[in-house]
Amino acid sequence: MATSSDVVARALARHRTDPTRLVQILRETQEELDWISPETTRAIAVGLGVPITRVQSVVQFYSFLYDRPRGRYRVLFSDNITDRMLGNAALIEHMLKRLKLRRGQVSADGAVSVDLTSCTGMCDQGPAMLLNNFAITRLTPRRIDEICELMRMGAPLGEWPAAFFRVDDNIRRRETLLTPLQPGVALDAAIARGRQGMMDEMKRSNLRGRGGAGFPTGVKFEGARNAPGAQRYVVCNADEGEPGTFKDRVLLNSFSVRVLEGMAISAYAVGATKGFIYLRGEYKHLQEQLQRDIDVMRASGRLGTSIRGAPGFDFDIEIHMGAGGYICGEGTAQIESLEGKPGRPRVRPPSMVLVGYLGKPTVVDNVETLAHCTEIAIEGGASFAKRGTKTSTGTKLISISGDCERPGIYEYQFGVTIGRILEDCGAKAVTAVQIGGASGVLLTPDEFSRRIAFEDVSTAGAFMIFGHDRDIFEVVRNFTHFFAHESCGFCTPCRVGTAIQRNIMDKIAEGRGSSYEVNDLKRLVEFMKRTSHCGLGETAGNAVRDALNKFRPAFERRLRARDFAPAIDLEAALEPARRITERDDAEAHLTEG
Amino acid sequence: MDNEFTIDEQPVPFVPGQTILEAAKAAGVYIPHLCFQPDFKRHGGCKLCTVLVNGRTQTACTHKAAVGQEVDVNTPELDAMRRSLVQMLFIEGNHFCPACEKSGACQLQALGYEYEMMSPHFVELYPHREVDASHPDVLLDFNRCILCELCVRASRDVDHKEVFAVAGRGLDAKLIINSPTGKLGDSAFAVTDRAAHVCPVGAIIVKRVGFATAIGERPYDLAQISAEAESCELPEAAK
Repeated sequence: MATSSDVVARALARHRTDPTRLVQILRETQEELDWISPETTRAIAVGLGVPITRVQSVVQFYSFLYDRPRGRYRVLFSDNITDRMLGNAALIEHMLKRLKLRRGQVSADGAVSVDLTSCTGMCDQGPAMLLNNFAITRLTPRRIDEICELMRMGAPLGEWPAAFFRVDDNIRRRETLLTPLQPGVALDAAIARGRQGMMDEMKRSNLRGRGGAGFPTGVKFEGARNAPGAQRYVVCNADEGEPGTFKDRVLLNSFSVRVLEGMAISAYAVGATKGFIYLRGEYKHLQEQLQRDIDVMRASGRLGTSIRGAPGFDFDIEIHMGAGGYICGEGTAQIESLEGKPGRPRVRPPSMVLVGYLGKPTVVDNVETLAHCTEIAIEGGASFAKRGTKTSTGTKLISISGDCERPGIYEYQFGVTIGRILEDCGAKAVTAVQIGGASGVLLTPDEFSRRIAFEDVSTAGAFMIFGHDRDIFEVVRNFTHFFAHESCGFCTPCRVGTAIQRNIMDKIAEGRGSSYEVNDLKRLVEFMKRTSHCGLGETAGNAVRDALNKFRPAFERRLRARDFAPAIDLEAALEPARRITERDDAEAHLTEG
Repeated sequence: MDNEFTIDEQPVPFVPGQTILEAAKAAGVYIPHLCFQPDFKRHGGCKLCTVLVNGRTQTACTHKAAVGQEVDVNTPELDAMRRSLVQMLFIEGNHFCPACEKSGACQLQALGYEYEMMSPHFVELYPHREVDASHPDVLLDFNRCILCELCVRASRDVDHKEVFAVAGRGLDAKLIINSPTGKLGDSAFAVTDRAAHVCPVGAIIVKRVGFATAIGERPYDLAQISAEAESCELPEAAK
């Protein structure tokens, strides 16, 4: 058994005692030691020659880094609304009961802890959990029993049945992107066009960022290429954290040739020599195979120096694992995280294209965006632009989950109507669809003729369906908890506003809300949108706003008739007094008046 | 056209590279702020200096002034936003002005008066936070910390000690101390540090000088905080 100082020393050596590798060092150390103890924290700080507070601030920022023991088996149930709709609450209850644990508590023998986590990107095969960062899908009471038994026996994860960890692609519809690609074909096509030629095709294609923002990719590439400085970087944003999205999981699993060569092609156009894949911690199960894919690519001359014999085309790719933090999907926060810091969004300008990773010009692009570059290299921008609509060219992957017969990944040309998608996936009696994840828009049947496109319903691809028996209030309440949990804390309106929003929703859920709270929510949503530092706070109230506009009765039926109800619940506040006096008779309770 | 933009339709000159807030200060125009001080790296987290630049909300302490920009500072809508921000900072921590040594010299309190905050409006969160009295000369009362990070920047960039940092996420974000025990008394901090004198609220309090100036005679007891725009610096006693 290695001592903790050995583990730290090895992790530091693997990362050349480079402080910008701090997130990786902590992740790898914790994989062996189960948590980051004060001694470990000190040893890493000393080893890197940085103040201990820098290590502490990173540990405390990321959800999957622990400064307190959380057991050898750390169970985190995915708690997206889709997991809830698939019955995760009963499963959590079942597991806690079996283990005689409370949520968040570590078992007396130090073996197990059970808690919740934000959407793990398994909405098409939930309910899901992470066990020591590895995804387990399709949970049932029986599987929970099996997991409890394996943990009781102390079985190492490597010996658990592989079926537990099976993650399916669930591809239901393909167009051009979800087709196999022979290694090297796209790279050769790009090289044949030359760096400027490839840049021209990118612009001709009018490809726009698939992460949701829709910024023209060619313009971004050109900005980075023209930025002063010799060193440039390409970052593949695989921090697919938006609740309800899982398309990047599928691209990385089965179309890594497209993603990796897309990165190389973008590097060729931009003049970058180094690339990172920022892989979300929840996709730990993909890390090993993706690393193998990169190694194969390098061995076959598709990475390294003079790629495919093109002089001066030098490029390599490294995987950087995330550690739990939705905010790290934001470009500048992702760069901060890549530099080994808490993922707090930077002040813009300057744009990342000019001042990015380590202060150098950097393009951060979504997995799907980069994969499309292979199509553009092969067929040219003009041909690519024939698909989709005039201002939204190409195809889009839609991640479908919720109330439908066939959840999974659907590829459509931009411009497809929501009604058509619902028909294809076998959704019936639909009350609403949440498009674009928790930060997206809530649409009702009268809007199902609208189209998926940047000029109409713009989305990174999350598509969660809610049937007639679903309570939309609970859907958006789930989202408000998500945002309060994921706010990075940098700016006042988001840090405090997301917590207030969650608290108001909880107060209404408890039946203690009034029209005062409803009006306050409306103001708060608008306030966060106008004053927040980044997209998280700006969009954190979208779902509440939409639900208030479109599902007002879901709120109203929970409200008290009066104009105002105080925040304090007097009946609940008497509970400590009842406990102290050991009374529970009628006189010790307030009667509702 | 010269290097000029407008604030509330009045022309304001600027030096290229200056932010809107810096140019406004130089011109004697008041824009509220908490996490900004001219000596330190810009931060942009408190959002009090939110203004409209050509109709869009921007943070005046980070947004560069540009020729022809039309900036709105004093509008009823922006003032309402600032009031909400101040209220949020109040309910996030435990701020009991009558019992606070910083009363009358506290910028958060002064902004409460400036924006006519008559109530906290939002439900108080009453977080449980310990005080740190371990240092012989300085008291840390985390109950009052508003996470402006001025002490973080002062200690790092001026004192070169990096005594403070912010850790945690969302509402759990908190100030932490660079010392073996996490206590200020075991850190390299000294009362002569710049970081000991930059706190805009009562989170960093120098011991044994309490009430040297009587309540009622302190800077913001005597003048609105918006009067500070007359000079680029805070009134001496507010430091």
